[in-house]
Amino acid sequence: MRRYFGRKLLIYGLTFFMAVTVNWLVPRLMPGDPVASMLARARVAQPEAQEALRVYYNNLFGFDLPWWQQYLNSWGSLFRGDFGISLWAFPTPVADLLTRAVPYSLALLIPSILLSWVVGNRLGALAARRKVLDNTVLPVSYVLTATPYLWLAALMAWGFGVVWGIFPVAGGYSFSMTPSLTWAFLVDLFWHWLLPFASLFLVALGGWAIGMRNVIIYELESDYANYMSALGAPQKLIRRYAFRNAVLPQITGLALQLGVLVAGALVTEIVFSYPGLGSLILAAIQNKDFFLLQGAFLFIVLGVLIANFIIDVVYVIVDPRTRVGMAGAAA
Amino acid sequence: MTLEVDDLRVYYRTLKGDVQALDGVSFGLRDGEILGLAGESGCGKTTLGKALIRLDGRMKHVGGSVTLDGQVLPIGDDVKMNPYRFKQVSLIPQYSMSAMNPTRKIGRMVRELLESRREKLDLDELHSRLDLVELPRHVLGKYPIELSGGMKQRMVMVISTLLNPSLLIADEITSALDVSTQKAVVTTLKGFRDRGFVKSMIFITHDISLTNQLADTIMVMYAGKLAEKAPASTVVNAPKHPYTQLLISSLPEVGVRYADKRLTGIPGNPPSLLKPEPGCRFRDRCPLAFEKCAEDPPPVEVEKDHVVACWKAA
Amino acid sequence: MKTEALYFAVRNTKLLVGAGIILVLLGIGVIGPFFIDKPPTEYVGMQMQPPGGEYWLGTNTFGQDLWAQFVHGLRTTFLVGALGGGIAAVIGMVVGFLAGYKGGWIDEILNMLTNIVLVLPTLAVLFILNAYIGVRSAGMQALFIGLTQWPWAARSIRAQTFSLRGRDFVDLARLSGVGSGRIIMREIAPNMSSYLLLTFILLFGGSILIASSLDFIGLGPTDAVSLGLMLQQAHQWSAMHLGLWWWFVPPGAGITLIVGALYVANVGLDEVFNPKLREL
Repeated sequence: MRRYFGRKLLIYGLTFFMAVTVNWLVPRLMPGDPVASMLARARVAQPEAQEALRVYYNNLFGFDLPWWQQYLNSWGSLFRGDFGISLWAFPTPVADLLTRAVPYSLALLIPSILLSWVVGNRLGALAARRKVLDNTVLPVSYVLTATPYLWLAALMAWGFGVVWGIFPVAGGYSFSMTPSLTWAFLVDLFWHWLLPFASLFLVALGGWAIGMRNVIIYELESDYANYMSALGAPQKLIRRYAFRNAVLPQITGLALQLGVLVAGALVTEIVFSYPGLGSLILAAIQNKDFFLLQGAFLFIVLGVLIANFIIDVVYVIVDPRTRVGMAGAAA
Repeated sequence: MTLEVDDLRVYYRTLKGDVQALDGVSFGLRDGEILGLAGESGCGKTTLGKALIRLDGRMKHVGGSVTLDGQVLPIGDDVKMNPYRFKQVSLIPQYSMSAMNPTRKIGRMVRELLESRREKLDLDELHSRLDLVELPRHVLGKYPIELSGGMKQRMVMVISTLLNPSLLIADEITSALDVSTQKAVVTTLKGFRDRGFVKSMIFITHDISLTNQLADTIMVMYAGKLAEKAPASTVVNAPKHPYTQLLISSLPEVGVRYADKRLTGIPGNPPSLLKPEPGCRFRDRCPLAFEKCAEDPPPVEVEKDHVVACWKAA
Repeated sequence: MKTEALYFAVRNTKLLVGAGIILVLLGIGVIGPFFIDKPPTEYVGMQMQPPGGEYWLGTNTFGQDLWAQFVHGLRTTFLVGALGGGIAAVIGMVVGFLAGYKGGWIDEILNMLTNIVLVLPTLAVLFILNAYIGVRSAGMQALFIGLTQWPWAARSIRAQTFSLRGRDFVDLARLSGVGSGRIIMREIAPNMSSYLLLTFILLFGGSILIASSLDFIGLGPTDAVSLGLMLQQAHQWSAMHLGLWWWFVPPGAGITLIVGALYVANVGLDEVFNPKLREL
């Protein structure tokens, strides 16, 4: 078990290290003076900020220092939580923008990932070896999983928002509201949250259902299932065992899908102008705010790594084979 | 008689048609009797074993009956068969190494299995049986992966016989084991019978020499039909069916020395069972074949308890 | 074996339906542009026309012909999918074969690399690369997608290679002094060719989905029209609020159809190659 975690942590550490290094290296690979060209390309809100920004960023990049010093400094500022200052939203620090957006992104991601996983697994297990369900659940699942997140989001926004006018189609809450802990505001918040959540949930659902169906069919034909059947155990018990064992590869699958799910959430936020990281990234790209973009990148990488680690811990809790020191999970 | 099998036919459904894997086999099994079931792979011995406890999805019961302790087993009906499984008929599978759910502690799995059959777990009895097969009691608190191969094998043997079934089917359980472990398994099975944990047993194997150490009676099958059935010593020392004779002589030693004999395999292959031609199915490979073999040879009791299906032996 | 696969292939509805849809759409994407004389971005006529006789899919707020865009977009989408999926498949095969066949420290290093790229959130890496490097041709987009998509393919190919490595025919080749490269090409790859085809199909579909996301956040090719870019423009110019559903429904439906058909064909192929999955 120690070896298992040691390996995982080594990989996550190396990944983070690579991400930070790429993040540091890419701007320096651009020809010419990166600060000047960035400021020239950026659409800075206040023109008078230009000079202030130039001084600030020349200082931050520290081009007069040797490269290794620059590199170490970038790690230093990272640990201080200093991601620079946004060009687009000058003079707000990038870290502030990101920390304001993250709760919205998490509010979409965590419930949609967990719920789609749980419901999708149930659906897939039900579909397996039941002809009627299999012939309905499976095709629908394939359509859902082939749907681009952004398109389903657009369809739902158009249908429920524009045509029927049931749900709001933009923002995290109504413009007329000020954030506060009142019922009215919370209801408004929930109302804005529902459509983006639902579209994320639906697309992800299909993939989990397909995955579970395929794994559980394999489990239902495994030796232990055959042995239990030969001893007359009821289908209920066999299915319970098969489901529980089929959940294990689905947990691994959850870790592997995290990147795709995060990407889906980002574009969904953009469709709904939801004030999370996705909308921030769109603004950064449109306004060539590279510092904001890089900050968002590191935030996402860090978030995905933390989530991966949590999933690893859960896996060890659920699969006894990893605990008794044998290789159970794939590295 | 514990078990009576009468003209049992079980076919495999395939895309090309039905494979007549088990084509009219009849035999009986007395209380306390251990039957060794031998033959090449594909001769129908595994199909017979499965037919007695659980047909797999592609098999269908075409005809014949199985009577156990006076009750006719509904072998063609998977659900109706359930009440008999484990309690009357039980199985030690080929795949003992992976027969237990990998994510349940063994003790808990046994308890859940018994509860699902509405049986109470008698822990003292379980413990005494573990002692008997020399398994430490704490294996019940372990996951299957923590047990060695031999321990898993013994654990499965204990589980399968826990409810004292009338008939135990042991399907190729020794093929993956080394010789000394094979011996131990055979001794254990004999012990189970002697203590009355199981009333009778069918021991399926392709290894006649091992069968000889355990079985009272040996039944040799060929291409879905019974070839010869007789007390173990008769089959080994005085086989009547040409196939049995070739099978015995192709073994390096079966208690008897064949020092001056060349070891011979049997040339040729068993016939396709998709649409087998009428007549003796062994005749293409049989050194003694003659015109009469174009007709099906019926199983004939040539002497007491010695049944042979061959025109030459009758 | 070959004829058997063919026997089941022409009887597999999933495969036939999936392949049929793909072929029709591919046909439209390949041949269609030859029947449209004007470039897809030209302002051809009336603005915001609903679908009709003259403009099959209507026009957008600029008076661009959306059918022309759709046809050209299909072409780009297929191109990016095939190229991105192809590059990912090649990298995945090289890494998977080497790691699985060579084992030892080569395996350790490649495995580590695979796992690192695997946990990196692909889209986040792509938007950093795209935003800075800013090369925006469809081919470049496909290259970047290919460079980030290979890890899971490498992982499963490695596992397959690993199990084939111990087989007799591979041992025999090794004992008779055949080099590793030849063994991989001659003995191992042909034995998992069906598996490799399935992997490529999944990568193909995945690449199309990623490309559509990149297009949508404004990091798509600037020299071409794609289905994702149509969606991006529709969103940027508020097609939804203006009620121009014909601007964003067809391109999304196109992507869904292609990817869905690929996945379904993949399942069908799997049943053809894998006797265990065939229903009786």
